[in-house]
Amino acid sequence: MADLSSNFVGIKSPNPFWLASAPPTDKEYNVVRAFKAGWGGVVWKTLGEQGPPVVNVNGPRYGAIWGADRRLLGLNNIELITDRPLEVNLREIKQVKRDWPDRAMVVSIMVPCEEAAWKAILPHVEETGADGIELNFGCPHGMSERGMGSAVGQVPEYVEMVARWCKQNTRMPVIVKLTPNITDVRSSARAAVRGGADAVSLINTINSITSVDLDTMAPEPSIDGKGTHGGYCGPAVKPIALHMVADIARDPECNAIPISGIGGVTTWRDAAEFLALGAGNVQVCTAAMTYGFKIVEEMKSGLSQWMDEKGYTSVDQVSRRAVPNVTDWQYLNLNAVSKAVIDQDLCIKCGRCFAACEDTSHQAIAMSPDRTFTVIDEECVACNLCVNVCPVENCITMERMDTGATDPRTGKVVEDEYANWTTHPNNPGAVAAE
Amino acid sequence: MRNSQMTPGIVGGRLTPETYGENFQDLHAPLDHHEAAVAADRCYFCHDAPCITACPTEIDIPLFIRQIATGTPEAAARTIFDQNILGGMCARVCPTEQLCEQACVREAAEGKPVLIGQLQRYATDTMLDQPHPYTRAPDTGKRVAVVGAGPAGLSCAHRLAMLGHGVTIYEARQKPGGLNEFGIASYKSTNDFAQAEVEWLLQIGGITIEYGRTLGGELTLGELSSDFDAVFLGFGLGGVRALQIDGGDKDGVRDAVDFIADLRQADDLSALPVGRNVVVIGGGMTAVDAAVQSKLLGAENVTMVYRRGKEAMSASQYEQDLAASKGVRILYNAAPAAIIGNGAVREIEFAYTDSSGKPMGETFRLPADQVLRAIGQVMNTRPDTLEMDGARLTVSHTMRTSQPGVWAGGDCVAAGDDLTVTAVAQGRDAAMDMHNTLTGKGA
Repeated sequence: MADLSSNFVGIKSPNPFWLASAPPTDKEYNVVRAFKAGWGGVVWKTLGEQGPPVVNVNGPRYGAIWGADRRLLGLNNIELITDRPLEVNLREIKQVKRDWPDRAMVVSIMVPCEEAAWKAILPHVEETGADGIELNFGCPHGMSERGMGSAVGQVPEYVEMVARWCKQNTRMPVIVKLTPNITDVRSSARAAVRGGADAVSLINTINSITSVDLDTMAPEPSIDGKGTHGGYCGPAVKPIALHMVADIARDPECNAIPISGIGGVTTWRDAAEFLALGAGNVQVCTAAMTYGFKIVEEMKSGLSQWMDEKGYTSVDQVSRRAVPNVTDWQYLNLNAVSKAVIDQDLCIKCGRCFAACEDTSHQAIAMSPDRTFTVIDEECVACNLCVNVCPVENCITMERMDTGATDPRTGKVVEDEYANWTTHPNNPGAVAAE
Repeated sequence: MRNSQMTPGIVGGRLTPETYGENFQDLHAPLDHHEAAVAADRCYFCHDAPCITACPTEIDIPLFIRQIATGTPEAAARTIFDQNILGGMCARVCPTEQLCEQACVREAAEGKPVLIGQLQRYATDTMLDQPHPYTRAPDTGKRVAVVGAGPAGLSCAHRLAMLGHGVTIYEARQKPGGLNEFGIASYKSTNDFAQAEVEWLLQIGGITIEYGRTLGGELTLGELSSDFDAVFLGFGLGGVRALQIDGGDKDGVRDAVDFIADLRQADDLSALPVGRNVVVIGGGMTAVDAAVQSKLLGAENVTMVYRRGKEAMSASQYEQDLAASKGVRILYNAAPAAIIGNGAVREIEFAYTDSSGKPMGETFRLPADQVLRAIGQVMNTRPDTLEMDGARLTVSHTMRTSQPGVWAGGDCVAAGDDLTVTAVAQGRDAAMDMHNTLTGKGA
């Protein structure tokens, strides 16, 4: 069995699966259930400053989109930070950490963008025995209208400033949670690095409207006929999150800052992908909110089995493993030529590859009267659309052409050496190949 | 005293009153909204979908399923009715396992096709209590006679009426619907669905039905041809093939089609007499319908005996399984040899047959107080001016008979396959060709 234990910026947990700061971590009851179920740690739902707590709407807080069989693919929410008194949360955090010392207890915080406010709350959190803090610079709704959450995260100078305040005022590791609602996530990540943050976590949720009620003409989720944007999460956001994680992981200025990966982690495989692209651990929310805490069992067993199969003995060995393979488009090998191949034994003859290719792509699939679908190598550009629309896994695959073979589409011999756009003759700015 | 399953002879009231209701309820309960959503989700929206090709009426199945999935079952119903105005009945009686669902790529993928038939019913049911969705084109002044108010005739009449022609249907019975009303098992068409569907269909207007009018009786093809601009023959197969064995005339021996018709028209199923030991001779849908319903009426033992092997049986595997699940015993490779009894049938003797259906000598007997013949229907109306292809009318691919101005479709033509859906397709196609001819558009 691979060792799943995790040490993330000095915060230890028996596995790299933490519950993200969100409704599942709002109170002792839920968190204890999570720990009983086997979660490695939690980021407690965001605390605000002392005083009357925020209030939430009294109607729907969530909207969603679904795939086949009403599988939840994307969830959005307009819930705010915790609406329970600060002292209640602090008391419960302390109790849970005492009862579950081997689990990671990180506390999410969001207070006004003034040093005094941060200075005021940090000692209270420290006193609970929590392992670290996460600065909520990502929440895109409600709190951002009050100058907090993503309103801070969208201004790199603020990110740096608040991170620095926290580092100066607590001994706890500081994780800066980043908003994806920016043009280039590296700006905020670099700011966190400059501010001395121990780690970044991302992504927070994405501005979104999930749907419109066509009878009432109200955006969803709607309250009394009106709606507002909420934060989008769940499987649908994973590709966006993976890209942002990878962008930070390979950015020299980010200096390999530890990353807690968040965004649509639903299975062990998703978690492994986040790790490979640069995360040191992962945080999960929507999957737990969809299926309950028990899913962590699959995540643990799956990750462990896969690591055993690959010979990885620790999570750290997986982390950043794919980062060197993330590059810019201009460096992709233009001499790597593939063709789609359809496995006729697996084909169920639905014809979706044909419709997709014929109507919208390269007319590279032929259809016979008996519904046999075959690739026309002379036309196939290996775009992969047929693979993506085929309902049968592995029925259509992309097969790399051998060196020395002639690509029937271009008439050119497939060359062995790597060549990219930077040296391509069609590139006006091409540099001479060395 | 009430009768039981073991009461000898042909009697009614073998079951408790509640049991009849349970036994004859819908074979497939209608899909509710959630079930329909789940079922519709499974459709892959195939390109040039095989299910469409497999449907004799070529309904655009992926489109109607997508319309269900996106919350517009009314649009789905319209997609169905555009091709098949009796789409409601076809959703109930089509052997989908041999047609669209057999062709479904998910049958190939995992042996579980999309529930096309049940989804079609879900869609069409939404439309039946709504106003008729089609309107008539301006009156063309043309008049067409349609013989037979079965699936072929109704389909033809509706399409003609929609195109602006005036239609008179001549129906031999006192009720419309043909085999939909008289010929299929009761649990496939509950709540008087066949009549409701015809009433809904007739809302198009421009169609009158005259009942009790039989071609070959007081009506002749010659008169119809001269009185109308065109004639469509959809009179089906009114006769039953005779059983040429000793004792075939004994009491208790009757045609399965009559048994089914009586059952379909019965107000009180408990009053319907059925034997304790019923033997059904034949291997088609009618045989299955008669056998299963005998069992459901309370017969103790029902045996279906077919002259050839299982693979030659025209009842689908699904129908055979249905019969077996209801307790019907199916015997293959046995041909009736003699019916024995003093006045009424007491037992029936069969000869074992080889694969070609020929008797091999050895025989066996089954106790029987009722014998139902389901060995095929034949045409009993035979306009002698028309060319025949074997025992049925010759038609072109546009359903023209050998006589100009006369079209035909349904079970009475050689191109048919004894399916409601095929009859509907033929009636529709004949109507389109008649329309083109009457308006000078076609060849």
